[in-house]
Order: sequence, then C-alpha cells, then structure tokens
Amino acid sequence: MTSQLTASEPLKYSESNLRTEEMIINIGPQHPATHGVLRLEVVTDGELVVDVVPHLGYLHRCFEKHAEALAYNQIIPYTDRMDYVAAMNNEWAFVMGVEKMLGIDQDIPKRIEYIRVLVSELNRIASHFVALGTYGLDIGAFTPFLWMMRDREHILRMLEWVSGARMLYNYIWVGGLFYDLPVGFEEQTKAFVTYLKPKLKEVETILVSNKIFVERTANVGILDRDLAINYGITGPILRGSGLRFDLRKVDGYSVYPELNFEVPVGEGFQGTVGDCWDRTWVRYRECWESVRIIEQCIEKLLADHKRTREFNPQALVPKKIRPKAQDLYVRAENPKGELGFFFRANGRADQPFRCKARGPSFSNLSVLPEISKNCMLGDLFAIVGSLDFVMGEVDR
Amino acid sequence: MSFEEIKELINRQFPVAILSEDLTATPNTLEISKDFILSVCQLLYEHDKTYFDSLSCLTGLDNGPEINTMEVIYHLYSIPYDLHLALKVILKRERPEIESVASIWKTADWHEREAYDLLGITFRNHPDLRRILLPADWEGHPLKKDYVEPEFYHGMKVDY
Repeated sequence: MTSQLTASEPLKYSESNLRTEEMIINIGPQHPATHGVLRLEVVTDGELVVDVVPHLGYLHRCFEKHAEALAYNQIIPYTDRMDYVAAMNNEWAFVMGVEKMLGIDQDIPKRIEYIRVLVSELNRIASHFVALGTYGLDIGAFTPFLWMMRDREHILRMLEWVSGARMLYNYIWVGGLFYDLPVGFEEQTKAFVTYLKPKLKEVETILVSNKIFVERTANVGILDRDLAINYGITGPILRGSGLRFDLRKVDGYSVYPELNFEVPVGEGFQGTVGDCWDRTWVRYRECWESVRIIEQCIEKLLADHKRTREFNPQALVPKKIRPKAQDLYVRAENPKGELGFFFRANGRADQPFRCKARGPSFSNLSVLPEISKNCMLGDLFAIVGSLDFVMGEVDR
Repeated sequence: MSFEEIKELINRQFPVAILSEDLTATPNTLEISKDFILSVCQLLYEHDKTYFDSLSCLTGLDNGPEINTMEVIYHLYSIPYDLHLALKVILKRERPEIESVASIWKTADWHEREAYDLLGITFRNHPDLRRILLPADWEGHPLKKDYVEPEFYHGMKVDY
C-alpha cells in the first residue's frame, strides 16, 4: 500500500497559526466527558482555553436522506434515534407535523392527547435525570448519578410497559397511538410520583445545592440572553439565561393550555444569570413542573377521559399518508429545546420530498466555542456538561 | 405585523426583492431574489416592528436534475412579537452560491455549513465554510437527488 495516510477530519489549527505558548489538546471522540462521540480540538495557553473547535459527524447517518426514501410512518423510528434519551418527545414533534400536513391535528381525541403529554413528560424527567446525573459525574459527584439512573430506570420500565421498548418507543403514531395505556398504568404512575417526590428533594440536597457543585458551576460559562437568542439556543439553556420562553406556553400546542404549570427561569441565585448553575437549576425545577403535569394528566385520564371498551387509539391512523403539496415547519418543546421539522411534500409521493430536522442540541452546541473562551481547562467540562446535548441529535 | 404588512415593508425598501409568495406553506413563505437575501434579512432583523431576532431553521433543498434548481429556506421567528415568516431563495443547480447570513444570526453558521456539506451550496462571506457532518475528504454531496453512493472509501469496499 502506497496510499498516503491523511486525516479524514483534519485539525483547524496547525503549527503555522499557533503562538509559541499555545498547544492543541485533542479531546474525544471517545471520552466519557464529551457525552458521546464529540471531538473537541482545544487550543490552550497553559491552563487557559484559547479556542475550542468542535468536530462533529462521528454519529452521522444522514437521517434526512433516509427520510426521503421512507413513508411517513416508517420515519418515526428514525426520529426516536435522534435524541435517544427523549424518544417520545421526538416522535411526537414529528407526528404533530405530519398531522398538521394532513389536516387532522384538530380531530385527535383528548384521551390520546393526554396520553401523549403524559408519556412525553415522563420522558422529559428521564432526559433531565440523564442530564443532571451525568453532569454531576463530569465534575466529580458520583452518587447522584447512580441515584438518578436508578429513578430513571423506573420511568423506562413504565414506558416499556406502555410501548414494549425501553428507550426507542415508536409509540406515538400519526393520528393516534400504537396502543392504549395498559390497565393499571394510571395507578402505577400515581405510585411512582409519590415515590419520586422525596427523591427529587434528595437531588436538590445532594447535587444542586451542594457546596462543591455550586462552586464548580456558579459564575462559570455565563451565556448572555441576547447572545443565546442569536445562536438559536432554546430550551433550558435559554431559560437559564433569563428568558421565560417555552413553546408549550408560547405555541400552546396539544392540551398544554389546559394544564397548569410554571416556566422556571434562571435568576442567578448562586452567581450570575445564565451560568452553568442556572441551567442546572432550570432543569431541576422542570422536573417538578413535569411532575405537576403528570399528576393533572392522570386525574384527567381517570375522570373526564376514562378508558372505555370502545376506545380505539388507532381509529384515526390513516391507511395511507399522502399529504397535499406544501411546505411546513413544525416545532415542539423537547427536553433540550426547540425540535423543528421542515417538510416539503410534493403531493405525489408517500415519502417527504425533503425532511429537515432542526435538533436543539445542534444549535445549543454551536455556542460552546463562544462561552468557553478564556475559561480554565477544568471549567470547559463544566460548560460542556451544562449544555446537555445528545450526539445522536447533533449528528443525525 | 401581518404577512401582508411585512411584504409591504420589504417592497417599500427593496421593490424588486420579492419574486413570489406561497400562502399554502406554514408559515407563509416569500420567495426572495438571491441578490437581496442579506439586505432583506438585515431589514427584518433590525426593523423595530418585525424584529426577527431568531433564525429557527435554515434548510437547503435540491429539486433534482429535471427542474435543475436548488433552494435555501430560512425560517425566521420574532420572539417579542411572536411572528413567523419563511423566506425562500431559488438557486441554479450548477454552482449554487448565495450570500451568508451568519453575520446576522450566528445560528446560520453551522446550518449553512450543513447545507454546504450535504448539498454543496456555497455561502459567500461565511466565517468558516468547512464540511461539518461528513469527513473532510468525502466526495459528493449526499442530499442531492442524483447522488450515487461511493463504492469505496479510503480504498475499502463499502457493502450496502
């Protein structure tokens, strides 16, 4: 073999544009603190970070190309694999877009909508538990990680009971659901919520208000609100920067207007508004709000929208999905921010002509070089962890 | 501001910028001439009645060899006014080139890199136009409709 060995993904910096005291450190793609296969090219001056260049694509499988070859209902499992710790929320956003294109989004029965909210909020808690747990792990708190993985496992088992799969559900279908809730699920969820509340309080004691944790995260990686908007940041990170902006309130999709919940924002309790601690605080508070939503959903599902023998969650599922020719952009509030799908249907095919996914993690990660300039190398991982991205969604 | 008023606003400043409109699309879409896209975006971003402060999504799109065009679609959103708007630019399929809007919204930086990577659309005056998702030595742009999967990568046979 005489072929030259060249890097498929070359570094952006080289000896020619570095100063004498600067050094490149390559972190990842296989590194536990980068939360997946993210590779960071870090230019350092001693302990100071001069620049960070993220190299993406190690998990790229061109979801958008696959989508162009598949019928709409067959794409749902692919959306599960984007943000794989919050699969319910992904497929819901996708399904919502297709339903809007078909014009059936107003006809979905209330019971189905409440079940969708219920499972998505359960999944939101699971996703935030991964975010908080692994974040603690990144900066040295090992116990909360184990505790939160234990409690997350309860949620995963319940969602497995619902859908048959632990993480990648394919449960929410265009026009309905794969199946009604199993008998006894509402009661089990009630029991789980009773179990979870004291555990959530423990999380605050052991992690969020822990002195070491606060010192590692407060006043670190401060993200200004206007900068966040300019970078297209959404979700807990934007709210951590002090903007009360939640699509569940702003767009009021599904039955969210009928539910009572608050939108927590970062207020700089421990440091400056928009620092790593504020983002963590927002995620932690959102778990409580999700618990509130779940309780209200259970009440509704046991009273106004009770299960009946006649209820068929697949009644509205179309046999053939062929929307009229149109462009449509749909967005929903995922645990990590605004998940958007852009569809172009040409009216002649069962597949989308173009399906673009705008993942929240993708835009959220793009701010990393900006907010980690001139921080200490040790703080870099406090910032990376606080951004809570999932590479499956960044790379798609 | 309604869609009509936004159209009026653009028309007053740039009388030839709007080529057509699409009211079946959600959100409603304006087709902008490719020479005006940066100025129109700047206007919508700065005007105190629209204030489109966030770019939700930027999509590149290939219409295939028969129609022989490519498109770039911008989904704008104004947080204070809760306004949605989509802008669409149609480009020639050979050497598609358009002005970058990364100077207005930083979101566009990575999204334009993605469109460049997967469709081969060049964005002029982009701060750092490199491939983002695919390896730097990948040949071709997979989201083109006439893309053919390579048989070999670095001398290794790829089985499908």
